[in-house]
Amino acid sequence: EFRRFSLERSKPGKFEEFYGLLQHVHKIPNVDVLVGYTDIHGDLLPINNDDNYHKAVSTANPLLRIFIQRKEDADYSAFGTDTMTRKKNVLSNVLRPDNHKKKPHIVISMPQDFRPVSSIIDVDILPETHRRVRLYKYGTDKPLGFYIRDGSSVRVTPHGLEKVPGIFISRLVPGGLAQSTGLLAVNDEVLEVNGIEVSGKSLDQVTDMMIANSRNLIITVRPANQRNNVVRNSRTSGSSGQSTESSLPSSTPNILGNLLQGEEESDEEDIIIEDSGEPQQIPKAAPTSESIESLSQIELLHESTQNGFLPSSEMNLSHSAGSINMEYEAPEPGRKSLEEDGTIITL
Amino acid sequence: MRRFLRPGHDPVRERLKRDLFQFNKTVEHGFPHQPSALGYSPFLRLMAIGTRSGAIKLYGAPGVEFMGLHEENNTVMQIHFIPDQCQLVTLLDDNSLHLWSLKQHGGASELREEHHFTLKGPPGSPPSATQITAVLPHSSREVLYLGTESGNIFVVELPSFQVLEDRTITPEAVLQRIPEDNCNRRSCELVEALREHPKNPDQILIGYSRALIVLWDLQNNKAIHHFLGSQQLENLYWQRDGSKFISCHYDGSYAQWPVSSDNRQSEPLENTVPYGPFPCKAISKIYWQTTKNGLPYIIFQGGMPRASYGDRHSISVIHGSQQTAFDFTSRVIDFFIIFSSDPAAEFDDPSALVVLAEEELVVIDLKSAGWPAVQPPYLASLHCSAITCSHHVSNIPLKLWERIISAGSKQNIHYSSMPWPIDGGTNIAPDPPQRDLLLTGHEDGTVRFWDASGVCLHLLYKLSTVRVFLTDADPNDNMNTVGEDEWPPLRKVGTFDPYSDDPRLGIQKIYLCKYSGYLAVAGTAGQVLVMELNDEDAEHVVDHAEADLLQDQEGYRWKGHEKLKTRDGPVRFEAGFQPFVLVQCQPPAVVTSLALHSEWKLVAFGTSHGFGLFDHQQKRLVFVKCTLHPSDQLALEGPLSRVKSLKKSLRQSFRRIRRSRVSSRKRRGGGGNASEVQEANAKFDQDALQEMELAPVQRKIEARSAEDSFTGFVRTLYFADTFLRDSSRHCPSLWAGTNGGTVYAFCLRVPPAERRMDEPVRAEQAKEIQLMHRAPVVGILVLDGRSTPLPEPLEVAHDLSKSPDMQGSHQLLVVSEEQFKVFTLPKVSSKLKLKLTALEGCRVRKVTVANFGSCKTDDYSENDLAVLTNLGDIQIISLPFLKLQIRYPCIRKEDVSGIASCVFTKYGQGFYLISPSEFERFSLSTKWLVEPRCIVDMPEMTSNNHVHNKSGTENAARKSSPGDCGEDERKSGRLMEHALLNDEKVLKEIQSTLEGGR
Repeated sequence: EFRRFSLERSKPGKFEEFYGLLQHVHKIPNVDVLVGYTDIHGDLLPINNDDNYHKAVSTANPLLRIFIQRKEDADYSAFGTDTMTRKKNVLSNVLRPDNHKKKPHIVISMPQDFRPVSSIIDVDILPETHRRVRLYKYGTDKPLGFYIRDGSSVRVTPHGLEKVPGIFISRLVPGGLAQSTGLLAVNDEVLEVNGIEVSGKSLDQVTDMMIANSRNLIITVRPANQRNNVVRNSRTSGSSGQSTESSLPSSTPNILGNLLQGEEESDEEDIIIEDSGEPQQIPKAAPTSESIESLSQIELLHESTQNGFLPSSEMNLSHSAGSINMEYEAPEPGRKSLEEDGTIITL
Repeated sequence: MRRFLRPGHDPVRERLKRDLFQFNKTVEHGFPHQPSALGYSPFLRLMAIGTRSGAIKLYGAPGVEFMGLHEENNTVMQIHFIPDQCQLVTLLDDNSLHLWSLKQHGGASELREEHHFTLKGPPGSPPSATQITAVLPHSSREVLYLGTESGNIFVVELPSFQVLEDRTITPEAVLQRIPEDNCNRRSCELVEALREHPKNPDQILIGYSRALIVLWDLQNNKAIHHFLGSQQLENLYWQRDGSKFISCHYDGSYAQWPVSSDNRQSEPLENTVPYGPFPCKAISKIYWQTTKNGLPYIIFQGGMPRASYGDRHSISVIHGSQQTAFDFTSRVIDFFIIFSSDPAAEFDDPSALVVLAEEELVVIDLKSAGWPAVQPPYLASLHCSAITCSHHVSNIPLKLWERIISAGSKQNIHYSSMPWPIDGGTNIAPDPPQRDLLLTGHEDGTVRFWDASGVCLHLLYKLSTVRVFLTDADPNDNMNTVGEDEWPPLRKVGTFDPYSDDPRLGIQKIYLCKYSGYLAVAGTAGQVLVMELNDEDAEHVVDHAEADLLQDQEGYRWKGHEKLKTRDGPVRFEAGFQPFVLVQCQPPAVVTSLALHSEWKLVAFGTSHGFGLFDHQQKRLVFVKCTLHPSDQLALEGPLSRVKSLKKSLRQSFRRIRRSRVSSRKRRGGGGNASEVQEANAKFDQDALQEMELAPVQRKIEARSAEDSFTGFVRTLYFADTFLRDSSRHCPSLWAGTNGGTVYAFCLRVPPAERRMDEPVRAEQAKEIQLMHRAPVVGILVLDGRSTPLPEPLEVAHDLSKSPDMQGSHQLLVVSEEQFKVFTLPKVSSKLKLKLTALEGCRVRKVTVANFGSCKTDDYSENDLAVLTNLGDIQIISLPFLKLQIRYPCIRKEDVSGIASCVFTKYGQGFYLISPSEFERFSLSTKWLVEPRCIVDMPEMTSNNHVHNKSGTENAARKSSPGDCGEDERKSGRLMEHALLNDEKVLKEIQSTLEGGR
């Protein structure tokens, strides 16, 4: 069910009042619900206190999309970064939680106003000595906060041990994202940046690559400290050390599938301001038959569903699981044209 | 990842790519960096220049150029042509000799190294024993005489470089045959000069450093004569008939010596110190040239009074009572005289003096009264004032071309009308396909217009913007005024003048509209000048406006330089481009982008603070837009001074490293064999490397934010007639891109032509795009309905381009340093992108649309993007699909100034500076290729003196005669052209037709 109503942006009031309003608007006064909204990055984030409620209202531009779920059916994993984009369809996540019931989900606690800042990914396909770290710069104000330097590392080659130039983390800025994750350390050797090997590239090139990918940086490192490696069952420890050491990062082409998803998700949206109006994200143009030529097209098809704007077809998926989807506008002062009182049901 | 998505190679496209793209470095324009040696062959009429980096370049008639590079990159110390051969020998500073020859290959001549050789002394001898100081290629062409530091003269056979030990002339042998008592072993140390007798090839004159001069009989191994001077010897020269010779000395004196038949020590006929009586500097080289009228020319280098004029780089010419000391702007490397090369002629009859100075080539016409300079057709000193920017315009309409040439010829009246005297070889390259102009902006506020159509880059016209402003320098300060004193009779020659009076005058951006003749030029102190081509001198007032780019932003203080002061009242301008509008940006920061629309009569300019639009028809500022981020304090304080000083200190430290390397080599002096030298060099390099490794080089990884410095810096401006607001109506628009990844689009309302003066031009901001990756926007382009870039202003009006497709939807291409993005218009939605930096770690430095034609079929051509990255790679990227076509390494990535100086042409060629004074020209196209292609034939021998090897010479002569005919024809053709340009009547005619046409 959809509801659409307006709210004074400058005076949003308290969360309690808003919660009451929602229950009133949907005529469900005694049902416990979870309230969530999509932020400017397309992530589904919870609204459960005054702070994140105010934050949500302030991000409306001008539309704020609110999702309401019955508490007993709620799927907590739907919240957080990338929830809107990773799964092809947000609504289906929210509305059909059975899709995700393959693995029993461990509920630790209700995510409040936070999102992941880093993760170790592709553990299953990387050699044990390597670690692939993803830093979500996206949306946080924290600096990435690390430095890299030139150096040399020893590799096992068919001709024996060989000293080759490499790129290393030289410094972590206290309080920066890199340090706070605890996943990167000084003297870790950088092997890949977003799936591209750095061997043969200069320090400046690697710097430029990292900065260009800074909104969704995935670095594969060989940690200087190898004692905290994840020991996997799949590999018997008999041959362990040496063999994995010698397996170069290039020997894992199958990882690219995962990375591809990672990269495309990160596609930042440029912003446009038309006629000195409000800033908006630039949508993707629908691929036209005229321009079907190549890789760019493949990329486009990928991206067209991930742009944070919901294609209208999604509206059809609403009725299951008793969830309610509604949109309301927070008109800015002085812009009256869109102001509409009361509820409008759009379905 | 994209790599893996890339579909398999399309064979049709691959074949087409081969027909379209090809990378070649074709020719080096300008003046060789750090020249170190000069040679000339009167026989081939070719000149050779060697450089400190081991390059050797040969020049003849315009278009005849050859280049060779010694493997060892050592300084070329001496160049000697083998008499009457297409061969030359070079001596490097590692004491190695190299034999080069010009051979025909595939219809054109090529310069190739044949052999190289290092003279080895007997075991145990000191290195000085074989350190070569003088080289004499004997006229027999069979041997070289090599004078050494030890005083030994070795004889090596050509071309094998085999030492003929039994013919070595040792100091002991010489001393034995000299009866004099006051000569000892030390008198015969260090051979300074070796000269063959002009009439008798069996006699050579040997000059030792300690002023002992011996005339040696090669046949009988005996001294015919000896002469003992009182001062250290510098050089020797024979008089043409062999009856006298002249010697020059360390104390600034020269002496003439008679060669008589009696075997007694002679006294000099004349011993003079031309610039005495006070101590003078050495005369290092001297020529004695006879003439029909009996008065010889004595031409020598140096000899100036040590105290007052010791710092001058001079060459003096004395002819009877005439005496001039040509005062050069930089150190003289070497010089030669062009004189009658016919051995049968009785007199030398010198026609020209050719001087290679460190920074320029100067040729003096000795035949015309007043000894005027000759304008060289090549070897232009691009850096006579440092180049600050360049702009290339392809395919210039003939009319504009002629008007520029005519304006330039008025500036060149002080040059001699003598045809270029170094005219060997034949240029067989096809005529350049079109007329191309390369405009260079300079630090001293001048813009130079170069003919860049062919192999010879030569100056057409020089424009100075200085007159518009009040500067400290007196504009009437003429370089050619005679010095303050009568004596010595110094006369400044040359154009090299690296000292800018005021750095604010520097030119930063140039835009020329080839159809209308409008030129916009912008400089370091925020000045923007709009000019119009006028064929007459004129005096008029320059309209002056100020553009306050900070607008209402408060509290900023500009700590940079002040704006330039303008002249009040009318200013007199010579024929050519004459400014009529001056806009000065406030604060007066460097103009970083410039665009001119000659049809709409608008000029747009941007600095680190914002951008503005000026209507040069109504002379009214249309609008300004401040792009400054409030937190960007650096931009307000004259940022570039800071950047510059950093750059400077970097440059200095590099220079220090280089210098220490050079000096370490020098310190070893003449000693050592090559392997030792290399070893030492390698060790030094290694040390330097290790030192660098120790330095902690680290890079910060941080996402760019809106608060970074210089985000407001306007990098690019672009005019387009496109669909900005709705898809039914197109309108003029102005686009601007900043360093912070912002694109602004303004909708312009330009009144129709009939009301153009009555209604104001209006502008309204229509769009603002913020690229989230925030990389600097370096290019903006609109593609029409057929995905073709919009034509240049007036291009359609002149029927030189199809009118753009306004039916289909337009697209906007935004090129940032990191990504290429295509958006739809008028509703901006992103369509395509190519991420360059994220995938390859390189950044876009230069980007242009270039048209590539197929070399196979005439009817196929396509537009692509030519891109230069910060790694010095050139990439070609297709339009509109943004697919990488091909990549070529072009410039070393360490060569930052080379990359910064690169300019692409519209037809897939380009130029970049390989030194402050040289442009390398390259071509990406299979179709447009400008490279030297020339033939050097053995000229016909008129001599009957050279009895030896006569049959061979005749053969060569016979072979070459058809080529000679062609050369003569061509020569006369060029002479005609030259005469045409120098004939005032013709010029006036050209002018009047041009005026009639207007």
